[in-house]
Amino acid sequence: MAEKKAVLTGVHFMSGDIACAEGAIAAGCRFFAGYPITPATEIAEHIAARMPKVGGIYIQMEDEIASIAAVIGASYAGLKAMTATSGPGFSLMQENIGLAVMTEAPCVIVDVMRGGPSTGQPTLPGQQDVMQAKWGSHGDYEIIALSPSSVQEMFDLTVEAFNLAEMYRVPTLLMADEVVAHMWEKVVIPPAEEIKIVNRKKPNAPPGNYAPFMPDDDLVPPMACFGEGYRFHATGLTHDEHGYPRTQDSDVQMRLVKRLCDKIRKNADKIVRVEEVMIDDAEVVVVAYGIVARAALSAVKKAREQGIKAGLVRLITLWPFPEKHVARAAEKTKAIIVPEMNCGQMVREVERAAKTTPAYHLPKLGEEPHTPLEILEAIRRHS
Amino acid sequence: MRIEIRFAGFGGQGIIKSGIITAMAACIYGGKHAVQTQSYGPESRGGACRSEVIISEVEIDFPKVTEPDILVLMSQHAYNEYAETVKKGGMIILDPDMIPNEREIEGVRIFRVPATRMAEELGRRIVANVVMLGAFAAITGIVDKEALKESIKANVPKGTEELNLKAFEIGYEYGRKLVEG
Repeated sequence: MAEKKAVLTGVHFMSGDIACAEGAIAAGCRFFAGYPITPATEIAEHIAARMPKVGGIYIQMEDEIASIAAVIGASYAGLKAMTATSGPGFSLMQENIGLAVMTEAPCVIVDVMRGGPSTGQPTLPGQQDVMQAKWGSHGDYEIIALSPSSVQEMFDLTVEAFNLAEMYRVPTLLMADEVVAHMWEKVVIPPAEEIKIVNRKKPNAPPGNYAPFMPDDDLVPPMACFGEGYRFHATGLTHDEHGYPRTQDSDVQMRLVKRLCDKIRKNADKIVRVEEVMIDDAEVVVVAYGIVARAALSAVKKAREQGIKAGLVRLITLWPFPEKHVARAAEKTKAIIVPEMNCGQMVREVERAAKTTPAYHLPKLGEEPHTPLEILEAIRRHS
Repeated sequence: MRIEIRFAGFGGQGIIKSGIITAMAACIYGGKHAVQTQSYGPESRGGACRSEVIISEVEIDFPKVTEPDILVLMSQHAYNEYAETVKKGGMIILDPDMIPNEREIEGVRIFRVPATRMAEELGRRIVANVVMLGAFAAITGIVDKEALKESIKANVPKGTEELNLKAFEIGYEYGRKLVEG
């Protein structure tokens, strides 16, 4: 249950960035370190105003590398911690995202995607960082990434991101886009007692017997925090269950990296969320996420009005990829259309899951997301 | 029914705020579905700026304007860029002092509200957008007048409510006279 005084229960008209900030505070986030960047600045701005009122800490750091480093430190000191950025800052954070993965530091990173590469289009939307979300840091790992399509989801999925981060001890990414972040819409914030809150598992063992990276059956180790009486070592080097570097030991490397992947892969069914609309009899299925999914929904409804059996699979979870849902939709349909604000990223995952059903990419770059008409035309072409 | 409104001008005119006030009035104080989106350049002032509002009786899927029913234009650049995008049978509300060059646009009703000048007469050029909102309320009747006033109070800096409500009323009167002829 969420802490009452921190939750602005009621009906609000908010921007996506503000809703994200409120979601974080409702989820129990009490530490934010960041560096301002369009279109994510309003998250930091709002949190800077709110944190002192709930006893939390806001720090503007010198850059994004320091921001994510501070977030990992805060997480290890026992706080729920977040940072928010956009593409250029997300690139700077990649190395330390790997550190958070390796040290299993629960934290939330928001990337409000704008047009790239490089500084690209600061004020315009993109979906060009979704593969970077999966593969951005070096080494092998699995991560969780969520994709909001509305201002309400900027609130709800930020809460969810914290819960997943805490449950699996993994950095969890909220991959928003400029439209969702800057859009103003109605948000209903439920009473605190209706907001589900997950906190990291604590060790039962006394300090002397605590092995900080010894997993339970769910492959997630209980987490003692610094200052709680447990002395332990956390490192980015390959380490054994006691936290000590074992960089020459292939068994330890195999065991550790496999577990870091498996704790997400084997729990994927519990993590993955999609929204399926009219897919049971669909001859053409659109797979979309973020703001583009709203255009896709409009297109699917228009197609149905014209007698075309169209459906939508909206990816709420991007990573782990909702493979089973896409595979199931693909079995029954003739064609899949994947509109994205990039030159073809998630479409590769869709193709992989869809097997023999063809997946057609519909790219959009520049100022605006796809219009419903553009997606409708693609549905018509392939129906 | 889905109504699409586009406010456009340059950064610093309160264009984005106008959209937020309108959408919030329709949604929170008017009980309808509404969404506001925006588009602006990297400059905070002086760059081209637009704010879009959708108002609907049913849930809104696509939140962007594709064919506006109503344009509210406050700069020549905005006029040149968007005047032709308005739906046939739609309307344009514009500030004629900011838009000296107009063309003939067929099948569109034009309402001219010198909002910037009226705001200057009130002593604060900055409330021109709120004068425009008053006129918008009277001319279109899409959003309830009282709902808009509530929304203005919720969205303007503390201590400026009175000035803004006065600006709104002046605009509303001007708009009412335009409609009633």
